[in-house]
Amino acid sequence: MLRRRLIPKLQIKRAGFGGGTTMILVTTRRFADVLEIGDPVSQARIYEAQAADELICVDLDATRENRPCAVDVVRKIAEQVCMPLTVGGGVRTIDDFRTLLSNGADKVAINTIALTNPDLINEAAKMFGAQCVVVSIDYKTETNGRRSIWSHGGRIAAGPDALAWAIEAERRGAGEILLTSIDRDGTREGLDCEFTRKVVGQVAIPVVTSGGCGLARHFVDGFLTGGADGVSAGTYFCFKDENPMQTRSQIANAGIPIRQQRMQSVSSVLDTITPITGWIRV
Amino acid sequence: MVGVVDYGMGNLLSVINALELLGADARLCRYPEDLSECDRLVLPGVGAFGDCMHNLKRSGMIDALDLAVRREGRPLLGICLGMQALAERGFEGGEHRGLGWIEADVIPLKPAEPNLRVPHMGWNDITVCNDSPLFRGLPESPEFYFVHSFHVHCRDESMIAAQCDYGGKFTSSVCKDNIVATQFHPEKSQYCGLKVLSNFLTWKP
Repeated sequence: MLRRRLIPKLQIKRAGFGGGTTMILVTTRRFADVLEIGDPVSQARIYEAQAADELICVDLDATRENRPCAVDVVRKIAEQVCMPLTVGGGVRTIDDFRTLLSNGADKVAINTIALTNPDLINEAAKMFGAQCVVVSIDYKTETNGRRSIWSHGGRIAAGPDALAWAIEAERRGAGEILLTSIDRDGTREGLDCEFTRKVVGQVAIPVVTSGGCGLARHFVDGFLTGGADGVSAGTYFCFKDENPMQTRSQIANAGIPIRQQRMQSVSSVLDTITPITGWIRV
Repeated sequence: MVGVVDYGMGNLLSVINALELLGADARLCRYPEDLSECDRLVLPGVGAFGDCMHNLKRSGMIDALDLAVRREGRPLLGICLGMQALAERGFEGGEHRGLGWIEADVIPLKPAEPNLRVPHMGWNDITVCNDSPLFRGLPESPEFYFVHSFHVHCRDESMIAAQCDYGGKFTSSVCKDNIVATQFHPEKSQYCGLKVLSNFLTWKP
């Protein structure tokens, strides 16, 4: 049976120190209140050891700073993990897709460019396969209950109807939808299960939801109430004692199909694998 | 040396990383002559079947692979699209000819349960069907990472090494002579995946 996915999110931006050349892991709250946490590559290694199912890495300011995604960091992260890696931020062209995919990304998330040039979804899906095209949708909840779309890292209003946009993204060939509730980002108050459920009901591709996880129960809600295929969280795994392993056991206890607890991380398990030195020459 | 066939399809870096993590000396093979130094080969790939065959043909790899694998008997591991390429025909975006090394067609994944989504993306467990060398030493019902919309339908069931259930069973691994292949991505499947790669590297067909 297909497992639901537990996906730590690495949000990176240029550090406030050292002339802004270092990329640093941060957390945000409602897409603001940036807190610098540490080195994204070390954090990726920790998530690998804790047997996360997948990672998402987002270069938060690449689009706004009009620069390409931090490829060198992506490559270093990819070298540290043996799990699927989605990368987003600053993607504008098919060449950007190619660059990220050849530097260790398995999927590329597009957000702003998908809104300004939606044909890129079709082209990328045709060129690289739908499975590696993730359309990321950042949205806010309006007073009428509608979810409006926001681009450029939540700074620019980009459309009234996130649900309709998710449907169109699928129609154009997206292989996965990544939802982020701006209102809930970093608040730890719980996911937007209501809207997640709506999107899940309207598209046939996998939906990953994020924004608001503060308790293991919120993941359970995202799967059970929201119907999400994956739940992603940044802040949750950065600050608290919780880690993917503990969260996983609580999700499993709620009867949700999730990958089994395997303490064996890549590094700890290499000892148990037959040394390759003796492999046979033909 | 392990050769990873580079024909412009997908994330080869992860395959190289995983093989190197296991201590193997891995190299990318872009040209037919690159294969000659390699004791065993990995045919990876993500993308569409037609493009895959087109690229293999254009780079002259089809004949080179045929020589190395079928005539010289070097072990080959196909991964994902690299497993599908072994089939006779693929039906992704029209009908295309595959390498034809296994008696199989590549057909769309159609889960019998309507709530199951395509692509089949994520971690799923497999049932090992025969004593495949690829799955020795793994826990029961090992879990692997899948990403695909098509699957390999084998006409000769004896070559099925493992099956996976996604609204119906499909072949998730094949083994025939010196050829093994997985629909899932061992290089993305942490412990279980590394074990599979390690088994391949020590396999004597």
